[in-house]
Amino acid sequence: MSTEDTPKDYSESPINLEYFYTAGSATTRFLNQVKEGNIVGQGCPKCKAVYVPPRGSCPRCGVATDIEVPLTDKGCIESFTVVHIPIPGNPIVPPYVCAMIRLDGANISFLHLIQDVDIENIRIGMRIQAVWKPKEEWTHSLENIKWFAPIDEPDIDVATLRFQES
Amino acid sequence: MSDSKDLLRAPFELAYNYKRSNGPVMSKFFEALGEQKILGTKSSTGKVFSPAAEFDPDTHESLNDMVEVGPGGSVESFSWIEAPQNHHLIKEPFAFALIKLDGADSSMLHMITDCNEADLSIGTRVTAAWSETTTKRITDIKFFTLEK
Ligand SMILES: [Zn+2]
Repeated sequence: MSTEDTPKDYSESPINLEYFYTAGSATTRFLNQVKEGNIVGQGCPKCKAVYVPPRGSCPRCGVATDIEVPLTDKGCIESFTVVHIPIPGNPIVPPYVCAMIRLDGANISFLHLIQDVDIENIRIGMRIQAVWKPKEEWTHSLENIKWFAPIDEPDIDVATLRFQES
Repeated sequence: MSDSKDLLRAPFELAYNYKRSNGPVMSKFFEALGEQKILGTKSSTGKVFSPAAEFDPDTHESLNDMVEVGPGGSVESFSWIEAPQNHHLIKEPFAFALIKLDGADSSMLHMITDCNEADLSIGTRVTAAWSETTTKRITDIKFFTLEK
């Protein structure tokens, strides 16, 4: 039987949702800095937690995070997943690593890609740094960072990542 | 507080390329659409559901007795779209309507076009118009038009 004769037991059922996304004040401040190659978190005036990317308020205290906190593009891997299964529409070829990145000085992590890494050797607490696209390509997006790559610094003790109530 | 005109805005598209497994009953319904036939399922009480239902909502029995219905039917209710938007499949004014096909006891949600709003009322007779190319999807019925 050729594939054309084989009846399909499924039908294509694509769903497209078109949005117009408004970033809001906190994300606008953050992305305007990202466009310049800076990562600026926002701090809670009450508990001093630093959020990156910031969402404008502290979920712990319920107050606006109106303190701008410049951060470096270095940090550590807080957790990670090695992806072996290709996802339709995703141009990245498996195996690759998705990780929660905890930047130095931040109290939350965000998801990004890890490359230039020996997958056998990847671990929680590993030191990493952002690899940026050429400056001419920078836009209002965290995709200005191509990925994070390991750097030659001693691992972070994950216990130190726990939030200390001040 | 920044002025709202200073906020970043961008178009954003979220797309899921789903493939839907139709199952034994709905597969027959969609296969028939590819042959420009509309099927329904018949229950032991004689009720006919179209689009095909896999279970009778009253008796809960599973259904697989297929019968042909339509292509004519009558309007059960409708909502007129005077100014279609980008995501609508029909670019001229049209109606979304529940259509009870001849031989069926349930109604099918589809579109009616090539008419004016004033031409439509509950009970108006309509008939299926077929797409030029069939894909074994509900859009193989292109829309319904007024019965001549
Ligand atoms: Zn707080």
